[in-house]
Amino acid sequence: MSKKITYTISVYSENNVGLLNRISAIFLKRHINIDSFSTSESEIKNVFRFVIVIKLEPDRINKISQQIEKQIDVIKVFYHTDKETIFQESALYKLPSEVLFEKRQVQNIIKNSHAKIVTVSKEFFVIEKTGLRHDTERLREELEKFGLLQFVRSGRISVTKERLPISELIEKFRHNITDNN
Amino acid sequence: MEILKTTEQFDQIEKKAIQISGAEAVVRCLLEEDVNIIYGYPGGAIMPVYDELYKFQDQLHHVLARHEQGAVHAAQGFARVSGKVGVAIATSGPGATNLVTGIADAMIDSTPILCITGQVGSHLLGSDAFQETDVIGISTPITKWNYQITNAKEIPETIAKAFYIARSGRPGPVLIDITKNAQFESLDYEYHKCTAVRSYEPKITIDQRSIRKAVSLIDKAKQPLIVFGQGVILGKAEQELKNFVEKSGIPAVWTILGLSALPTSHPLNMGMVGMHGNYAPNLLTNQCDLLIAIGMRFDDRVTGDLKTYAKQAKIIHLELDPSEVNKNVIVDVVVLGDCKLSLAEITKHVKPNQYSDWINEFKRLYEIEYKKVIAKEFYPKSEGLTMAETVEMINKHSRGDAVIVTDVGQHQMVACRYAKFNTSKSNITSGGLGTMGFALPAAMGAKMGAPDRQVVAIIGDGGFQMTVQELGTIFQTEIGVKIVILNNNFLGMVRQWQQLFFDKRYASTELINPDFVGIAKAYYIKSEKISKREYLDDAIAKMIEYDGPYLLEVVVQQEENVFPMVPSGACVSSVRLE
Repeated sequence: MSKKITYTISVYSENNVGLLNRISAIFLKRHINIDSFSTSESEIKNVFRFVIVIKLEPDRINKISQQIEKQIDVIKVFYHTDKETIFQESALYKLPSEVLFEKRQVQNIIKNSHAKIVTVSKEFFVIEKTGLRHDTERLREELEKFGLLQFVRSGRISVTKERLPISELIEKFRHNITDNN
Repeated sequence: MEILKTTEQFDQIEKKAIQISGAEAVVRCLLEEDVNIIYGYPGGAIMPVYDELYKFQDQLHHVLARHEQGAVHAAQGFARVSGKVGVAIATSGPGATNLVTGIADAMIDSTPILCITGQVGSHLLGSDAFQETDVIGISTPITKWNYQITNAKEIPETIAKAFYIARSGRPGPVLIDITKNAQFESLDYEYHKCTAVRSYEPKITIDQRSIRKAVSLIDKAKQPLIVFGQGVILGKAEQELKNFVEKSGIPAVWTILGLSALPTSHPLNMGMVGMHGNYAPNLLTNQCDLLIAIGMRFDDRVTGDLKTYAKQAKIIHLELDPSEVNKNVIVDVVVLGDCKLSLAEITKHVKPNQYSDWINEFKRLYEIEYKKVIAKEFYPKSEGLTMAETVEMINKHSRGDAVIVTDVGQHQMVACRYAKFNTSKSNITSGGLGTMGFALPAAMGAKMGAPDRQVVAIIGDGGFQMTVQELGTIFQTEIGVKIVILNNNFLGMVRQWQQLFFDKRYASTELINPDFVGIAKAYYIKSEKISKREYLDDAIAKMIEYDGPYLLEVVVQQEENVFPMVPSGACVSSVRLE
């Protein structure tokens, strides 16, 4: 079996109840673990975009994408390697406020990592860092010893370097539907 | 009692939107889609629809199954024989979960069916209410599409979409779950057939370059082989296949679901591929120089070990579903699209040809198979009847015109190997899922989908008992289906594997059976049991001639094995004859 590599799958779809389940079932059926999953409105009105990150053998990625694209509510699926995409993750770190004031080191870590302080209260403060996995991970490791109260990382969000012909495709669908009527 | 609305009254008001209940809308939508038979089982959450079915019983015949599994298999049988969408209806909770096996079966065998399930009221969703189950969640991986309706207004559009999705492109099962409040609520009813869904493009324009590449490979081939599957039947491309086979002169073999797409008596029909397929088709798969796969999906029961499958050959794949392309077998030329169109295109451009040496090789290998397997099964020296001679006797009396419905196991393989078919859509069997218990209810549906045809269900003694309750439906609905139980008092196929691969340790495969004739009698179904060769001819003749449902139990040899056989996961050319 060939070596697994990381792929970012972009799924353009209708925003219908149950589609998330339908897509995740495709991975479940094949015993594939999902590294990250995020969904949001896309650049096209009323079209949603799922961004799914998985590690998979190169000879299987196209098959999986075809299975997703086959779902009725899915408009189009693209997949890319890390080299072909610009991607980021966002992370939030919650720490007790005393370390911010008492440990100079913490302030330096925040400054050097280009993280942003989101909020400060009497008991705790929250910082935010956007970047690649190893950036947010390094910051987590650095802050851990200061009593990290909570840590959360978003799914990957990603845009491709190459142009995606998605808008034209949807425009074409619109025409087809009008033609049929 | 409420006076029924007459058809004329409906006709008058049909033009404009009318206020009706969601339940009535469900029934009227079915009528709009020319549905006149549905199979189902009532229950709490679907009662408003049943109330409307009562009012519309003159137009829509509801067949009361004895179990929801029976209803869904009947809908499958109906769909397979007629090419129309089969409809099954059930209540929430256990009613819905009992449909699951049939839905999964329809999914893997690409059968267009619509399942309608009742659901608890939308205010109760997620509260673990009585008979609430997440049927959308359960059915998601085994449906082409599913949808939960919580508001009556959604009913017409959703049902229209469901029919469109079920029958277009590669067909498949769809499920609509309707909450009880949506059945009671009223809506402004208007029905428009669905002709397009934005995110779904079932029609694929055929790329002429792929046609040219395919034609060029075909014209160059010395030993080409056609392998066709159910895609030919689903694509209504039987005539196009026949034209292609005849003009190109290429021998054609079939997968189990492709059976009957080309008449079995056709001189270029060389038999079945796969685990229990014929000798020549399996062996020569690994000798052909070009394999033309038409509407088939290279299932593991067809290919055996993929690493050794047709490695010497160039492969052309005519396929409608892009996700099937290069899924199991990497091919040289893909002709994506409806095979009715692509076959016609290829036939137009391909040179007429004959491959007499190559065809003689099929004939030579058939002779070997005949001597080692077929002759022994048709003319056994032992006293006990064989499954094959029973099937051959059915051929004699049906003259190849019957619809043959089979269950799963040895009898299925024997029936598909030996049954004769003159017309398409005549072989109804559970292929991909291998669902025991399929045949009896599927045969009911098949008989109702093709009432003028003889429908013979051939079933093992194991599978028969999995859905035996449907004898009640057959009796009550007076469905004139012929049932042949090939009784060897074993779960024969599993026993065969135990014999060959588990040192004859027959773990839980012997069946101590009831009196099948007695069971038939209890359901007022005419029946007979035979165990001697001298009675076989008359018994089958009597069964075929009988007007109405009939059960014939044929006691066959206990430890017959099905050959040829490609052992599981082995190379197709290692096909065994004994």
